[in-house]
Amino acid sequence: MTLVNDPGFTVDWPRDDYSRIPYWLFHDPKVYELERARIFRGPVWNYLGLEAEIPKPDDFRTTFVGDIPVVVARAGDGTVHAFVNRCAHRGAQIVRTTHGSAKDFVCIYHRWCYSLEGDLIGIPFKRGLKGQGGMADFDMAANGPEKLRVASLSGMIFGTFSAHTEPLEGYLGAFGCGLIERMLGKPIRIYGYQRQVIHANWKFYAENLRDTYHASLLHTFLSSYGIDRATQKGGVKMDGRHRHSMNYAFAATDGQDEARAAYAGNSGVSLDRLKLRDGSLMRYVPEFEDGMNLATPTFFPNVLLIQVNNVLSTRQIRPKGKDAFEVFQTLFGYADDDEAMTRHRLKQSNLVGPAGYVSMEDGEAIELAHRASASSQGFTSVIEMGGRGPIRDLEHRVTDVPVRGFWSYWSELMGVEPVGGVR
Amino acid sequence: MSRREAVRDLVVEYGALIDADRLEDWVELFASDCRYSVISAENLAQDLPQTLMACDSKDMLRDRVTAYREVNEYNFHSDRHVIGGVRFRDESTGGPWRIEANYSLFQTDVEGVTRLFLVGQYDMSVVFEDERPRFADVRVVVDTASIPTLLATPI
Repeated sequence: MTLVNDPGFTVDWPRDDYSRIPYWLFHDPKVYELERARIFRGPVWNYLGLEAEIPKPDDFRTTFVGDIPVVVARAGDGTVHAFVNRCAHRGAQIVRTTHGSAKDFVCIYHRWCYSLEGDLIGIPFKRGLKGQGGMADFDMAANGPEKLRVASLSGMIFGTFSAHTEPLEGYLGAFGCGLIERMLGKPIRIYGYQRQVIHANWKFYAENLRDTYHASLLHTFLSSYGIDRATQKGGVKMDGRHRHSMNYAFAATDGQDEARAAYAGNSGVSLDRLKLRDGSLMRYVPEFEDGMNLATPTFFPNVLLIQVNNVLSTRQIRPKGKDAFEVFQTLFGYADDDEAMTRHRLKQSNLVGPAGYVSMEDGEAIELAHRASASSQGFTSVIEMGGRGPIRDLEHRVTDVPVRGFWSYWSELMGVEPVGGVR
Repeated sequence: MSRREAVRDLVVEYGALIDADRLEDWVELFASDCRYSVISAENLAQDLPQTLMACDSKDMLRDRVTAYREVNEYNFHSDRHVIGGVRFRDESTGGPWRIEANYSLFQTDVEGVTRLFLVGQYDMSVVFEDERPRFADVRVVVDTASIPTLLATPI
């Protein structure tokens, strides 16, 4: 048994403000194993799904916490439960479909039976046959699958393995709760899913989500068509602990001349040089009082809410070993949308997902980073756009400061913070 | 040439033009009033409308090709479609024909490494313009719901 607090490895941080990240943290199997224990099973709230996906009693969906398979189910009394999708008997996956409706779950191997609450409620031949065999004294209540503590906010379901996790509202803070309420504060309609496997460590994506610097440079669709650019009024906000963050922008808040001047001389990006034949793709129908047309609140460790104009979704990172992850995106509209608004949102969703005009590049950029950094023994990345030292909110988007916020909290949970590390 | 033969040729041409990176010519296989969409079999089975790509006009299809050529960054690759036999589901007189065909799509990267990229089915509707068959609607159903890396080139 190793010491509880001993991570089993040490990190030689070049700096205490996370402006240099050693690449081996993305590639070492020991790090990945410890993340399962200390991040995903640690004192965090993991996104499990949306209540609208399991609207009725007996509805269930399967998901993942980190790479741990989990069942999320609505019991007969309407309450939502989550438990590890692994038979208490011999470790087989119990539920084999992505979703459905069921009165109970039966593992096919030896037909052990579980309730929607995740309790072990039946074992065939428990008392043996004709007085022989069996395991009559086995305590079913004490041997069920591991359950998660579940909490939900505006229909967004979270679960935690740890008894030490603070209440969900405190974890998300006024910052997170407000943003969830903003987007999920009224009944939604699920449109469906977009899934993508990126062959890279999940933390490259966690960084990408917090790096607003790349957005208008890598995703040149927006600037090429003169639709969104870093010169718009916007910025990044974080919670007090800098573990959650948000990139935001307000529509039409910069001038053409200002934007042209800013992008002049940046190779590879030329402003509004093209025009869409069908401009309705980009139309923004104002629907939030705050006027933001872009908001991507990102919650530690691995989920974000997305508003890109009128496209709305949740996006979850599902690690698949240290060298791959799935991006699992759930798109939705509102139950009171009329037919035209539903069509508009679906049409505009060409912007997002694996084929998204403003998102497809991430798959390539992240795989490039993973591929070339794998052999980079001893080298580190550079994260100092927008400033070194203290981690703070900024009223602009030419920054990757929230990336340092991610690493700060990651290091705290992993038990590898540098002496005097910023928080 | 019979109309059936002409439609079979159209489907062959569809895959060949994408593989040859002649996307501008590929767009011209569509009727003037056309739709193109890519949807996962997973969403379709749940009766969910969410697509991966959706163009509801020929102009939108052209915008896709322009963005691919001029704007988007993606993994350098070449495509190779293997399209199975065409199944004629409805050969209406006057109205559009409905056809289906299975496809597998292989991708090869710049190092010459090939992977099976996607597998699925075309659900197509064909009209005749001046006696020439053209696609009025192509719905690409993707069995491989979890797209490897990203999807830039039309399927």
